[in-house]
Amino acid sequence: MKAEEFAERRLELAGWPVNVASYRLGTEWHAKADNVSPGAALARATGATRDQAEQRALARAEQLLSRTRRQAV
Amino acid sequence: MAEYAHPETLVTTDWVAQHARDEGVRIVEVDVDTKAYDEGHVPGSIAWNWNTQLADTVRRDILSRRQFEELMERSGIAPGTTLVIYGDNNNWFAAWAFWQAKIYGHRDVRLMNGGRKKWLAEGRDLSTEVPKTRPANYTATDPDLSLRAFLPQVQTASAHAAAALVDVRSPQEFTGEILAPPGLPETCQRGGHVPGARSIPWSKAVNDDGTFKSADELRQLYGSEGVDGSRPVIAYCRIGERSSHTWFVLKYLLGLGDVKNYDGSWTEWGNLVGAGVERGAAAKAAVARQ
Repeated sequence: MKAEEFAERRLELAGWPVNVASYRLGTEWHAKADNVSPGAALARATGATRDQAEQRALARAEQLLSRTRRQAV
Repeated sequence: MAEYAHPETLVTTDWVAQHARDEGVRIVEVDVDTKAYDEGHVPGSIAWNWNTQLADTVRRDILSRRQFEELMERSGIAPGTTLVIYGDNNNWFAAWAFWQAKIYGHRDVRLMNGGRKKWLAEGRDLSTEVPKTRPANYTATDPDLSLRAFLPQVQTASAHAAAALVDVRSPQEFTGEILAPPGLPETCQRGGHVPGARSIPWSKAVNDDGTFKSADELRQLYGSEGVDGSRPVIAYCRIGERSSHTWFVLKYLLGLGDVKNYDGSWTEWGNLVGAGVERGAAAKAAVARQ
């Protein structure tokens, strides 16, 4: 087994930059979203297509990111 | 181009592909995302869970000497084994495991440059099989506490500039705009940073493919902030894993002599009664100078 068609892209979710990586393992697509800075994993998901796996991971990541409070400094 | 001070502490993905099953070599995956290993891993590798196997789960601490010995014995690792560690997030917790292995005197520890991400991106073989390990005998050394900073040392460093304090968190954590990395639980009462610390986010030390930047680039990055080996260095983050990554860079890639990882980090200082913090405009200015 190998990770195939590995790809990464950046987008913004809930006002925060997010990196999403996705690849195929056999017939299943895997996606992982992280918060770019510092790069901590937020969510991972699987799906029948790249888009499905990414959307699932990003939906969960958006939930988490929307809870982040910005302090006045 | 200058070479790393200790190039023997890094191996390439090619090297791992060729040597993962060699006698005397043990490959260990340590991820932030503890489910990643189950999805598929370097064939022949085992996994350590950072929050159950690389920490004392009763007291907030790293493993005791005996706990470390037991982990190594269960993992089939003898004192002479070449231990190669890799993981996700550019080897965050791989570096955390590396740091503990050095505290307990394991001689030959290496990181796989680029970590799990590079292995996946290169389309290398993955396995879901968990290899059986034959228990080994292991005797660790007494902990080398010259590699670890505790609160009193950080207080002294802050008050008297006795050491360069390097905050490796994101700029928003450094300034106090956020209390934890976006999307993660807030684990402190206050935002900001230890007074006197410089902001050098850990991520500046790595390339897009997860590998470490060159020695020249790293020397420029840290040297421009006064981290050049002329005085001791203490690195910190939130819980000590990101700063173990920076500790590895400073200690083994740049070869600075006195570098400590403060694993109490912001979850200790940010919750400490009576401790001052810096935040806001002054901190932003420090970040802007980078």
